[in-house]
Amino acid sequence: MSRELDVREGQSPAVRGDRSPLSCPLDRRSFLQCALASGAALGACEFAQLLAPISAWAGPQKQDDSRFTVEAKFYQKLPNNKKIKCKLCPRECTVGDRERGYCGVRENRGGTYYTLVHSRVCAAHIDPIEKKPLFHYLPGTLAFSLATAGCNVNCKFCQNWDISQVRPEQVPADYAPPKLVAELAKQHDCPTIAYTYSEPVVFSEYLMDAANAGHEAGIRSVVVSNGYMQEEALKTAYGKMDAVKIDLKAFSESYYKDVVVAELKPVLDSLVTLRKMNKWTEIVYLVVPTLNDGDAEFRGLARWIKTNLGVDVPIHFTQFHPEYLLKNLPITPVPTLERAKAIADAEGLHYVYIGNVPGHPAQNTYCPKCRRMLVERVGFTASRMLIRKGSCPFCGQPIPGAWHA
Amino acid sequence: MSAMRSTNRRDFLKKCLTGAAVLGANGRMGLLAAAEQQEAALAKSRVVIARDAMLRGAGTTVDSRRMLSLLDRATQALFDRDNPTETWNKLVRPGETVGLKVNALGGRGLSSNLQLVEAICERLQEAGIKASDIVVWDRDSDEMEHTGFHVSTGGNRVQCFGTDRVDYEQELATHRSVGSRLSKILTQRCNVLINVPVLKDHDSAGVTIALKNMYGVIHNPNKYHPNGCNPYIADLNMLPEIRTKMRLTICDATTACFEGGPGYKPEYSWKNNALMVSQDPVALDYTGWQIIERKRAEKGLNTLEGEKRAPHYIATAADAQHRLGTNDPRRIAVVEV
Repeated sequence: MSRELDVREGQSPAVRGDRSPLSCPLDRRSFLQCALASGAALGACEFAQLLAPISAWAGPQKQDDSRFTVEAKFYQKLPNNKKIKCKLCPRECTVGDRERGYCGVRENRGGTYYTLVHSRVCAAHIDPIEKKPLFHYLPGTLAFSLATAGCNVNCKFCQNWDISQVRPEQVPADYAPPKLVAELAKQHDCPTIAYTYSEPVVFSEYLMDAANAGHEAGIRSVVVSNGYMQEEALKTAYGKMDAVKIDLKAFSESYYKDVVVAELKPVLDSLVTLRKMNKWTEIVYLVVPTLNDGDAEFRGLARWIKTNLGVDVPIHFTQFHPEYLLKNLPITPVPTLERAKAIADAEGLHYVYIGNVPGHPAQNTYCPKCRRMLVERVGFTASRMLIRKGSCPFCGQPIPGAWHA
Repeated sequence: MSAMRSTNRRDFLKKCLTGAAVLGANGRMGLLAAAEQQEAALAKSRVVIARDAMLRGAGTTVDSRRMLSLLDRATQALFDRDNPTETWNKLVRPGETVGLKVNALGGRGLSSNLQLVEAICERLQEAGIKASDIVVWDRDSDEMEHTGFHVSTGGNRVQCFGTDRVDYEQELATHRSVGSRLSKILTQRCNVLINVPVLKDHDSAGVTIALKNMYGVIHNPNKYHPNGCNPYIADLNMLPEIRTKMRLTICDATTACFEGGPGYKPEYSWKNNALMVSQDPVALDYTGWQIIERKRAEKGLNTLEGEKRAPHYIATAADAQHRLGTNDPRRIAVVEV
């Protein structure tokens, strides 16, 4: 589940059910932010007109399921009673006829498993890519960001539960086939399409098709995911991605079991697989007071990253805000985030960031060799970018990432 | 809601004295033992099973007249009443709004029987409930229409529609493992709930009868299928909106399913021609589970325990944290009529 909407102004009004997500995807504040970030003179009216063909949501109404329903790619038919076994995520739901998997967006119909969310977009925005957050991937650019309903876990702290923890028919959605997404991204000078907000694992088929359409139009794809996915599905679906951000929720199995309703090990396996695939990967760790904020956990995490992924993988320690089923805990104190960063720094990780704390100096990128600031960030915008040809202009240290489109 | 019958002090003493007279010289200990037995007997949850072998006559469709008669037999036996008017007057009062939560998941083959629902509506109206104050509902109107219900949302008729027409509450209702948005039909359209489930096998829960039918009340049932739906089903039924409104379960066991549920598979269904009624959903579920196990044995199938999908949620619903009813067969009085 994405953490990028922790700062609420970016949240889609459509998610709240009052208007179409694609007919007017940006509120004024977000629009101004994006426009400023990109320097693009993008008028709100132009935007609404461009997306006008998408129907407006007017309360509970029937959606035409058939246009969103496509046979799923990752499942196995079982011999008895028209059951199937889903092979998309490690949960491996065995699903009887007319039942859905845990994600709520895949349904067994007579022994064939279908995704119900292909091209069924319930949230769409144009965001700075820093909001994902991806700090080492095309900084200062915009990402055409979209989501469908559904998620394969159930984090008690989810900020976007009103789209991630619902069935597709329960949330306003519009038909956005892959080519339309690619066209819109291109028209709005977004070099990337970002699959985000809910959990892209559950709309893998759509993500793959949209990535193909994007690549044909010269648009890259990035995904914001929990990484709770089977290896074959990961290789096939995220193999089409150009960059990946993984939400590593904690570094303990008990937290994954109790708070996330999933398992840690498959997520770690996914990170290793992405590393082997040479996918640019960044990690977010949402620090929840009392639940995953111990020194030993931070240290164990940093050591695991160093050993298995290398010291150059960026990690973002981000601030928790009470939401959904976890309203009894306070906002993460900034000193806790700073402690996490200090531990990860001490273990030798090169790019340790603090997230959701506007104005904090740990939002910037520093050269691991000469310690000079290389990228300055204000809010979600990269206000200064000094990296030249992938290196520090002061000492020549290579800085990993994709810095220019 | 538990149907455990209570006894007042006067009745209790009267029965104790009667016991003492019969026991005579057995002394004080004997008296207490008798009283405890008497108490235990009184505390039983009653599950009535009414059958009619001729429910379908010579055909395959349930006969409406016989269904009404079967419903009367079942409910009168449950409430110890001699006629349907007294029975339903005991259950509802004029001015109340009544929701009949049916189950339309199994299509025409294995969903809440239309004639049964009509019979219940008829008796409710005779008890003074206005037709427009009765809502027949499940989660989705299309599913209901596919089953044969006619969606109706206005006028002075019985209302019939799915939650898709009115949506779920925005606020979450929570209890332990469950955090869900409740159907506005439950929260805003009815103050009395009558549960009308179907007697079915379920591929992950083991069986789906009364308690699990409440999955149709929430927006996210898919999140509650792991671990055989345990403890989710029990936790869900603890939500005040469900627990305080639930008055009666009338389980449609006219066609039941012993394997391959919850979808309809003719080869695993049988014409049982019965209704099961109770005010204790746990006792009803336990009893229904035993019926399905007997059918499975008759067909040479493994037990649900043997298939690693015994409905453990029934015991959870009865435990000290939930107390939604009893799953102790010694405290369940199964009455066949």
